[in-house]
Amino acid sequence: MDYLLLQVLNGVQLGLLMFLLAAGLTLTFGIMDLVNLAHGSLYMMGAYIAWTLIGWTDSFVLGAILALPAIFLLGVAVEAAVMRRLYARDHLDQVLATFGLILFFNELVRVIWGPGGKSIAVPAFLNRTVEILPGVPYPAYRFAIIVVGGAVAILLAWLVARTRVGMLIRAGASNRRMIGALGVNIELLFSLVFGLGAVFAGLAGLMAAPITSVKIGMGDDILILAFVIIVIGGIGSIKGAFIAAMVVGQIDIVGRAFLPDLLKTFMSNAAASTAAPAISQVLVYVVMAGVLVWRPTGLFGQRT
Amino acid sequence: MKMKLFGTTTILAAAFGLPAMAQTPIKIGFISTFSGPQAAIGEDMRRSAELAKEHLGGKMGGRPFEIVYEDDTFKPDVGKQKSEKLVQQDKVNFVTGYIWSNVLLASLKAVTDEGDTILVSANAGPSQIAGQLCNKNFFSTSWNNDQTPMAMGEYLQKKGVKSLYLMAPNYAAGKDMMAGVKRTFKGEIKGEDYTKWPDQLDFSAELAKIRAAKPEGIFIFYPGAHGVQFLTQYVQSGLKGQVPLYQVFSIDAITLPQQKDLALGILGAQEWVNDLPNDANKKYVADFKKKHGVYPSFYGAQSYDAIMLIASAAEALKGDLANKDKVRAEMKKANFKSVRGDFKFGNNNFPIQNFYIQDTVKDASGMLTLKTVATAVTAAVDPYAANCPMK
Repeated sequence: MDYLLLQVLNGVQLGLLMFLLAAGLTLTFGIMDLVNLAHGSLYMMGAYIAWTLIGWTDSFVLGAILALPAIFLLGVAVEAAVMRRLYARDHLDQVLATFGLILFFNELVRVIWGPGGKSIAVPAFLNRTVEILPGVPYPAYRFAIIVVGGAVAILLAWLVARTRVGMLIRAGASNRRMIGALGVNIELLFSLVFGLGAVFAGLAGLMAAPITSVKIGMGDDILILAFVIIVIGGIGSIKGAFIAAMVVGQIDIVGRAFLPDLLKTFMSNAAASTAAPAISQVLVYVVMAGVLVWRPTGLFGQRT
Repeated sequence: MKMKLFGTTTILAAAFGLPAMAQTPIKIGFISTFSGPQAAIGEDMRRSAELAKEHLGGKMGGRPFEIVYEDDTFKPDVGKQKSEKLVQQDKVNFVTGYIWSNVLLASLKAVTDEGDTILVSANAGPSQIAGQLCNKNFFSTSWNNDQTPMAMGEYLQKKGVKSLYLMAPNYAAGKDMMAGVKRTFKGEIKGEDYTKWPDQLDFSAELAKIRAAKPEGIFIFYPGAHGVQFLTQYVQSGLKGQVPLYQVFSIDAITLPQQKDLALGILGAQEWVNDLPNDANKKYVADFKKKHGVYPSFYGAQSYDAIMLIASAAEALKGDLANKDKVRAEMKKANFKSVRGDFKFGNNNFPIQNFYIQDTVKDASGMLTLKTVATAVTAAVDPYAANCPMK
């Protein structure tokens, strides 16, 4: 039972990180109709900028807090310099241009921070375990990720559901032309949404950094999963992204924690240990395919 | 003018009877990882190869030599391309380096078969190359992957550890390491996990499984940056102090600056330790430390040995490397002062050597380093040598 709880928490923690990344992606895709492959680069930039600021301030929390406005500005700048020119183009042009941005950012990081990769230490006050139940320790840093990720998810839900900006975002997701015709400043809204997405991606990057280390291309691997999440959740839907991220997080943990033992019940030990990692890697794609057959626009996607 | 100069040189060379090759440098290609999170390993290897060059006075058998470094970027396909480039374009006489077993396996044929060039692995030792795929053009100054975990398993068996939980990445070397420890450790295996390589750096699910399985020890193989992440997460999970950790290739001079005190008291196995009391090693470690302010790692020691092995063959042949059979025969003698102490090559061109148990300690100046605490096995022959058709 304790074991199950630990694994569920691990899945939730992973899912929340994925949600932060997917939230920005689903907003830009859904509202701005922009396929942004470079979203993972913002995740990477978040980690690198935080590494620098943490070095300057000598404090993880302060460095992380200062990194967020920096990433917002970076996002707005990228939107103004590149993305704005792409809205009217078709998806293939967007894929090409944003793929170019990935190469650009990877090279930029190589120039500024060097090829070696960096590591961010877990802050001292979180470098211990907390007892979530008596006798069940859980790493404090991972618990902090759950708390921060959960708080941001609630904040985002409130922002989208209850504020004027959120109303415009939802309107933009349903019918972008119409809200433009109604006199809403689309350019400003797009800048804001893109900047917001960048902040979430950057936050995910800097929170993941102490667990996975800061390296060039760190966002490229995880971006594929983020796309899977927004496809499962339905493009443009924050609620969908959240639920899909939770599902993907749990699937990943199930694949790693329970699948090998399950396979061992009917396969040889060696075969099971080889097959399990391979199967757990494809499991999320199988789920995505299943969801698409059942609901072609994703769990919470717009019916078209 | 140019023609005249060229003419003069030719005449001079002819007059003094110098064979043309005396001026042409011996070229050694060096494949390692010089970018990304594992770049620190490549840098340590490069520093050691350069130190070997310095100790040799830049010459082998009277000829100058140069080392051409290439970055495999931690990817087998890139490693293969770079190996081909070294052999076909740079026309190197030897290729050495190779941290990763999967990179080496992808590159082997491009070096040994197409070019008939000699490859000296300074780290990777996949079981395939020790056994069926053994090659007359392949030499190792490291080990077969199975051997280091076998030494660790042997030690744990003697120590009376009853059960282990095994973890390694899911690639060629990880599989060899798991097989290795299981050859010598006869206690209960409470569980084994292969994790995604190289992108899985989060071990939360596996650590929770270990907590539930309650083994008497954990055995891991997580080289380089992965070792840092594993150790940090192992400590954060609260398992340190409850289940002891035993490792191969996961704590070394490169990872220690990041692992810091977390690594204290965690035992590992290795064929070379920085405090081995032979003269070659004392000189290597002291000069490396003086130059770079840090201890060299085993990756560096093996790279140093690789250059020294090549130099020993070039010396014996007075720089004439034209006859490949002679070069191979000289290499096979391993007639040089290895920093691990003298060793012989087995039939598969892998060293027959000792393995030691090492602990993490602080030196007199408070710097973290590794210390030999026991000899695990002596003159060990790898388990695949018998499958190698070479004599």
